[in-house]
This record gives sequence, structure tokens and C-alpha cells, in this order.
Amino acid sequence: MSSKEAIQKQETKTPEGVERTKAKRTFAPVVDIIETEKEIVLMADMPGVDENSVDITLEKNVLAINGGVEEKAYEGHSLAYSEYRTGDYARSFTLADEIDKDNIKATVKNGVLRLVLPKAKPAAKKIAVKAA
Amino acid sequence: MLWPELERYDFGRSLWRELDTLQRDMNRLFSSYGERTEADFPSVNLWAGENDAVLTAELPGINSEDIDISVHDNSLTLNGSRKAEELKEGETYHRQERNSGQFSRIVRLPFKVDESKVNANYKNGVLEITLPRAEEDKPRKIAVKAV
Repeated sequence: MSSKEAIQKQETKTPEGVERTKAKRTFAPVVDIIETEKEIVLMADMPGVDENSVDITLEKNVLAINGGVEEKAYEGHSLAYSEYRTGDYARSFTLADEIDKDNIKATVKNGVLRLVLPKAKPAAKKIAVKAA
Repeated sequence: MLWPELERYDFGRSLWRELDTLQRDMNRLFSSYGERTEADFPSVNLWAGENDAVLTAELPGINSEDIDISVHDNSLTLNGSRKAEELKEGETYHRQERNSGQFSRIVRLPFKVDESKVNANYKNGVLEITLPRAEEDKPRKIAVKAV
């Protein structure tokens, strides 16, 4: 395991002057994005999130990932030592490729979100240019 | 019950080693305050109760059988690994922020743990270990008799 960025959670950046309505902390999940021939696969580390608490939207070319994490407290226990904080997750991406919006698949396993975004077949017909 | 921060000093050690540790801690404090290193992965939170402690760690994307937990006296060792995604031909990374590989972390607890009663569960990428305090380590109540 390497790099301190991945060891310490980074809070989600918001545009200047814009604040969230919830006073809860929000973190930007670390992601891997892999492009294959037919699809784009995104994996995001979101510990504490399950299939019901994750919310994905794709509007125009902006893919937004949101995940809610319930703050857990242990009865009769107090937090004596803490190295990480918990909070919701939020991160958005602008997609370059045309995505087949109807066939996006999302799964969550062991706190990792896996999104498969199939590339749309090119709608426009390619026109071959002939030398005159 | 007295709950110090994860205790760092063991008075059984010699003074020299003590000073050595202190110097290292000071160096670390000034050179990279707030930064944490590979040895500190995964990050942990410790919840203290009257007779036990609950340790939690965020370990997304690991199969529960790939996490190895061992407890001895007052130290807890977490070992494990996360496999990297294997790329096939023609596949490329646009971003690779998630880490993979081996990790090993030792956490010292402020009391001796009853090793036979340790309970761990892993859900949604969060590991939770319940560490009961050993019976012989619990403080004795001493009744004061009126003479």
C-alpha cells in the first residue's frame, strides 16, 4: 500500500462560495477508471456504503456518485482514539465518450462500487474520404 | 476506568531506548506532522467501553478470508492484501487511485485482551473487531471495611 492520499480520506471539494446543506462531512472516494474496448469501468472505494445507500446519476455528460454512510456509535462506548472520520461520499466526473445510458450497470460489494458504462455505438455514419 | 491514548511508553524498557523512541517521535512530529505512512494502513478508530473495546477499520474491496487478525496480550495485528485489478489486452487505466498490495498494522491496546473471546466481522468494507478485556487484567475492587 502506498501514498498518503489513499491512506487519508480527502474531503470532497465544492466550488468556492457553494456550501452543502447538510452539515455532515463528505469525502471524495478514490477511484480506478479502466477503459476497455466496449466499456468504461469505474471502481470507487466507499467503505460503509451498501446497494441501498448509493445513488448514481448521469446527466448530460456528468456522472455523479453519491453514497450515504450512517454514523455508527457503539452503545456504552466512547471514541477513545480516532484516525479516520466517517461521512458521506460524493464525486462527479465528466465523461468524454458517448455512453449507452440505458445499459449502465452498478454493483456494490465489500464497500466498493463498480460501475460499468458501455460505450454507445457511434450513431453517425463514417464517411470515407476518397482521393479525387 | 483510565483510558490513556494508545499508550506509547512501556516503563519496562531501558532509558536509552526510551530516549530513542522520543527522538524518533520528535523527528516525525516536525518533519511530517499529520502525515501518515504505509505502516499506518489501515486507519483505525478505537471505541472504548467498560469491559471491552471495539476497533474499526475501513478496508474496502477485500474478501473477509484475506484479512488475518491476531491478538496477543495487548497487541493486535492486522494483515492482509488487496488484489489489483488485472488488465486484459487493450484495456487501459485512466485513473488509478486505489491501492493494492499487502498491509500489516500493529495496534497496541491499553489493556490485555482475552484472546479467546475476540470477535470480528466485516461488512460493506468496514472491519469491526470486539476486544474484551482479559479477566485477570480487570481492576479489582477493594472493599473498605469499617473497623
